[in-house]
Amino acid sequence: MQRSQREKVYKALLFCSALMALFVIILIGGFIFKEGLPVFMKYGFKEIFWGTEWRPSEQLYGQWPMVLGSIYITLGALCLGVPLGVLTAIFLAELAPRKLVSLLIRPAIELLAGIPSVVYGLFGMTTIVPVIRAISKKVPAYAEDPLLSTGYGIVAGAIILSIMILPTIINVAEDAIRSVPQDYKEGSLALGATHWQTIYRVIVPAAKSGIMAGVVLGLGRALGETMAIIMIVGNSPVIPHSLLSSVRSMTGNIAIEMAYSSGEHTQALFATGIILFVFIMLINSLAMFIVNKEAG
Amino acid sequence: MSKLFKSKFFAIVLVMMITVVAGCGQEKEAQSEENELEGTIQIAGSTSVQPLSEELVKAFMAENNKVRINVAGGGSGAGVKAAAAGTADIGASSRELKEEEKNVKEYVIALDGIAIIVHKDNPVNDLSQEDIKKIFAGEITNWSELGGEDGAIHVYNREDGSGTRGAFTELIMGKEVSITDKAIIQNSTGAVRTAVAGDKTGIGYISLGGINEEIKALKVDGVEATVENIKTKTYKIYRPFLYLTQKEPEGVVKAYIDWVLSLEGQGIVAEHFIPVK
Repeated sequence: MQRSQREKVYKALLFCSALMALFVIILIGGFIFKEGLPVFMKYGFKEIFWGTEWRPSEQLYGQWPMVLGSIYITLGALCLGVPLGVLTAIFLAELAPRKLVSLLIRPAIELLAGIPSVVYGLFGMTTIVPVIRAISKKVPAYAEDPLLSTGYGIVAGAIILSIMILPTIINVAEDAIRSVPQDYKEGSLALGATHWQTIYRVIVPAAKSGIMAGVVLGLGRALGETMAIIMIVGNSPVIPHSLLSSVRSMTGNIAIEMAYSSGEHTQALFATGIILFVFIMLINSLAMFIVNKEAG
Repeated sequence: MSKLFKSKFFAIVLVMMITVVAGCGQEKEAQSEENELEGTIQIAGSTSVQPLSEELVKAFMAENNKVRINVAGGGSGAGVKAAAAGTADIGASSRELKEEEKNVKEYVIALDGIAIIVHKDNPVNDLSQEDIKKIFAGEITNWSELGGEDGAIHVYNREDGSGTRGAFTELIMGKEVSITDKAIIQNSTGAVRTAVAGDKTGIGYISLGGINEEIKALKVDGVEATVENIKTKTYKIYRPFLYLTQKEPEGVVKAYIDWVLSLEGQGIVAEHFIPVK
């Protein structure tokens, strides 16, 4: 075969591989919309999205409790996970002795990323939930409430999720901090700034968009997490009025009920899928926008 | 970031390759002409029926060592769907079929009681059906109202569509009252049991076959949840276990179902559930 021909074949092969990803996402998106839209059509977008009652056996398919549930759990996880993750990233990139990092901290972070989510769930269910339950039983206002004193809920979910998103945030933020040009740092130090001043006045601001990208990716990971969440948030489809309230996430809703559902119930679960899909798309576009801004 | 993406990409490619390779190897073996049974059966469906199916399958395969039977969970809804679509040879359901689902062949292989379970240390031993209904409806919210220790009752419920929940709702709650939204939802028999075992003020319901020493099953109206009491119909909370097939079963599937309904199969059923013959 001619060299140029061979070149063409390889190019075509690579192009087809790349198309595959596009094809799959269109296929999945198309399928979810095809299955889920009929419910939106039948009951109206407002009834489904803003509806506050999820009772499939009574034809009530309100998604709002799950949307709120996902948002609360995710925000909670970010509140706990982002400061910890970003500070760790700064430490790793700027301050840590190389030996400590390569021998101890990095393997630990990688291990954290490698633990299956069901194990996180089990850990949460058997350790974090009982602790929260014990504490909430000491508070009279919560002890009497059957929904708030179980230990299952937003707080437990947020704690576990914040640990699960740490590796994502740390890795991305650390890359961003490391890619800040050395000149900036040297310039700042040369002007007489201390190392710490340099870090929080020069390096972190310069790496801001990269750190933000890490946060948004962590957000996506938190929103999409399913198995661990099912095991620790209680899964009650109610509008949460307290951080201790049991909630259900969108992912959990689909995973819990899909196996047993039939007919319209299944379609309503696909409707949850549509909402989740749109959420994730928005978040990914946001991440892409941030990264592009950084590049451009 | 690129590091992360790269490793994810490779992981996905690896999984895809493994799936393809595994898929190639799984072709069904044809049944031989001889008397000896040979073939593969796929069972899927209710997680309540699953432990029983596993026991039955183990005994059946010990006798017919050229038969391979795979038992998977997925839930009653999935079982009905799988049977109707033919994706599984046998679908398992732990609730009666709905009208629109009656397009499959059904075999009642066992009856199963539903036990109301609480934490081992809960002093309450006996509840009336009415009390149970009120607890699950969210009207009674503290154990002290039932003669127990003071403490908010945590209701553990199954997900909407579960066979156990369907049967429980039908038998206890009736048509007018629904289970409180404030219940914690766990999505399998085992998960409810684990949750109640770890919660001193919890209450839940599971398949009779799922009772073990981690939790305590309550008497209902003074009647203990046992196989004998369901046989004599004194314990009222029970439902059928169904095997479903797309068409009239034949070959190894028929042999298996016949065996399950035989004296020997029903003997195994009788260890934890209620035989139908």
